[in-house]
Amino acid sequence: MRCAPLCARIAVLRCTNKMPKILMSGNDAIAEGALRAGCSFYAGYPITPQNELTAYMANNMQKRGGVFIQAEAEVAAINMVFGASAAGARSMTSSSSPGISLKQEGISYIAGAELPAVIVNIMRGGPGLGNIAPSQSDYFQATRSGGHGDYHCIVLAPASVQEGYDLTCLAFNLADKYRAPAIILGDGMLGQMMEPLELKNQSPKPKAKPWALTGCAGRKANVVKSFYLKEGDLEKLNLKLQKKYKEITAKEQRWEELFLDDARVVLVAYGSMARIARAAVKTLRGKGRRVGLVRPISLWPFPKKAFTRPKNKYLVVEMSYGQMLEDVQLALCGKAKVEFLGRSGGGVPSEEEIILKINKIYNG
Amino acid sequence: MDRIYSHPQSLRDVPTHYCPGCGHGLAHRLIAEAVDELSLREQVIAVAPVGCAVIAYDYWDFDCSEAAHGRALAVATGIKRVRPQNIVFTYQGDGDLAAIGTNETIHAANRGENLTVFFINNAVYGMTGGQMAPTTLLNQKTSTTPEGRNAQFQGYPLKISEMLALLPGVKYIERVSLGSAQDITKTKKAIKKAFTNQIEGVGFSLVEMLSPCPTYWGLSPCESLDWIKNIMAKEFPLGVIK
Repeated sequence: MRCAPLCARIAVLRCTNKMPKILMSGNDAIAEGALRAGCSFYAGYPITPQNELTAYMANNMQKRGGVFIQAEAEVAAINMVFGASAAGARSMTSSSSPGISLKQEGISYIAGAELPAVIVNIMRGGPGLGNIAPSQSDYFQATRSGGHGDYHCIVLAPASVQEGYDLTCLAFNLADKYRAPAIILGDGMLGQMMEPLELKNQSPKPKAKPWALTGCAGRKANVVKSFYLKEGDLEKLNLKLQKKYKEITAKEQRWEELFLDDARVVLVAYGSMARIARAAVKTLRGKGRRVGLVRPISLWPFPKKAFTRPKNKYLVVEMSYGQMLEDVQLALCGKAKVEFLGRSGGGVPSEEEIILKINKIYNG
Repeated sequence: MDRIYSHPQSLRDVPTHYCPGCGHGLAHRLIAEAVDELSLREQVIAVAPVGCAVIAYDYWDFDCSEAAHGRALAVATGIKRVRPQNIVFTYQGDGDLAAIGTNETIHAANRGENLTVFFINNAVYGMTGGQMAPTTLLNQKTSTTPEGRNAQFQGYPLKISEMLALLPGVKYIERVSLGSAQDITKTKKAIKKAFTNQIEGVGFSLVEMLSPCPTYWGLSPCESLDWIKNIMAKEFPLGVIK
C-alpha cells in the first residue's frame, strides 16, 4: 500500500476555542494512542490494510525510548510481545485478519500465562487471503477464544479515528488491570480514513508487576507459564480465569446509544458500520421514523446491559453474514424480533440499503 | 577442610523427571554452575522450550519464562530488548530449535540478538515418544522412521549450527558433547564463553550439545555414550564452528 511521508499526512486544523486537532488516519491514531499510553515495545509484520501503523511505530517508537522490531513472521511478532510483556513492558502487535489467524497460538499462551498485551486487528475480507477491503468477519474469532482453550480477550471496537486513539489507551489499562490480552478490533475503513483528532492527554494507569521477569534479585524466582501438568492444577487456573472473566463482564461493558427512548426499531452496529447506521438513523428521524441505535464499544464483554429493556424490533447490521447477530439474539433472549442486514467480502451495507430494510420492517 | 564442590545455588535440590542416562539433568547442572560462577543468578532470565525440558523452570532457581513450541528465541528477543541489562538465554531441543522453530532461530541469529542459546541435540523427539527429529541420523530407527531414516523420503540430518555460522550476526557457535568426562569439561567452558559473550555485548552465541537419549535410542546409558562418540559425532563433528 502506498504510504505518503508522515509530514504530508498530518495537517493541523484550526479550531477556535478548542484544543488544536490534527488530521490523522485510524492506523496512525492507534499507534500514537499506544505510544502515549506508555507502550514501549512493538513487533509487527507487513500486511495491508494496517501497514501505516507499523510504519508509524518504526518512525516514532525508538525516538521515544521504546523498541520497534519488524518481525520475521506474525507468529514471531506475537511471541516477541509475549516476551516483552513477561518482562514487564507495555507491549503491542498489530496485523490484519490472515495475520491475526497466525497469532492465535501466541494469544492463547498470553491468556494462559495471564500476561497483559494489546493486539490490533484491522480487519479485511476473508476467508483465506480474501481481499484488502474492510470487513467485520473476524468478530467470532476475536470475541470467542480465537485460539485453543477456554479464554477471552477484552475486545474494543473504535468507530472513529478519535476513538481509535482513545480506546487504545483504555486497552492497555484494562490489559494491565486484568492481566489479559486486549484486542482493538477495527477494519480497513477505520484504519485508512483520515479524520481530525484531538491528542487528548492520556491517562495510562500502569500497574505494579511483581510477577514480571526482571532477574530474581531480592526475591524468589518468578516463572511465567501456562503449563500445569499436575492433576487439578490446570483446572484451578481455568477457574481463576473464569472468575476474572466474570468480573470483566460485570464491570467493563461499554456502548453508545442514540434515540432509544421512543424507538420502534433499534439498529445495532459497531465500528465503521455504526457510522453508516448512525447516518441512516438521522435521515430516518428527519422523516419522522422512530429509529434508535445501540453501538457496542466493547464486543467482549458484549454490552448485554444495553438490551435489558427490549424495544419492539432490532436490526443488526454488519460487514459479515451475522456474527455479532448471535450476541444480540443471546442478549435479547427471544424478547424482541431481531432482523439482520449484512454483506461481506468487501461489500459494505449502504445507508440506502439500511433505510430500505427499515422501511420494510418498520410497520411489520 | 576447604569445600571444593557443592550443589549449585541456581539448581533446585529436587529430583528431575528425566530418564536414566538422559543428558538434560547434566546440561541443567552445567548451566546452573556457570550462572553461579559468573554471579549471574539475580540477572539471568531463562526461556524454556517445549520438549523434554519443558519444566526446566522447576529445576533452575532463577527467573524463567515458558515459550510456545519453537518460539523461545522470539520470546527471548522480546525479553532482552526491553531488559538489556539482564542475561537472557534459551534452552531448546532439536525439534524446538531446528524444526518448528527454524524461522525464529534463523532470524534471531540474523538480527544478531545479544542472546545465549543452549541447543540440546539428541537426534530424536523425546517428550512425545521418540519420533524423527530434524537431526535424526540416516538409518536411525525412530517411531516415525521404523525402517530407519531414509534420505530419499525423509531428507538428511539438519546441521543447523553450520547453517547459522554463515550469518554475520552470529558471533560464536561451538558443538560440544555430554558423552564423556573430558567432553563435559569442554561443555562447561563453552557455556561460560557463551554467557561471557552476552555480558560483553558480543552478540548471538550458541552452544550445541550432543546429548544422550538412551530411552529412544534403545541403548543402555553406557552404550549411548559410546554411540555419541562413535556415530553421532561423526555426523555432527565437535569443535568451534564459528
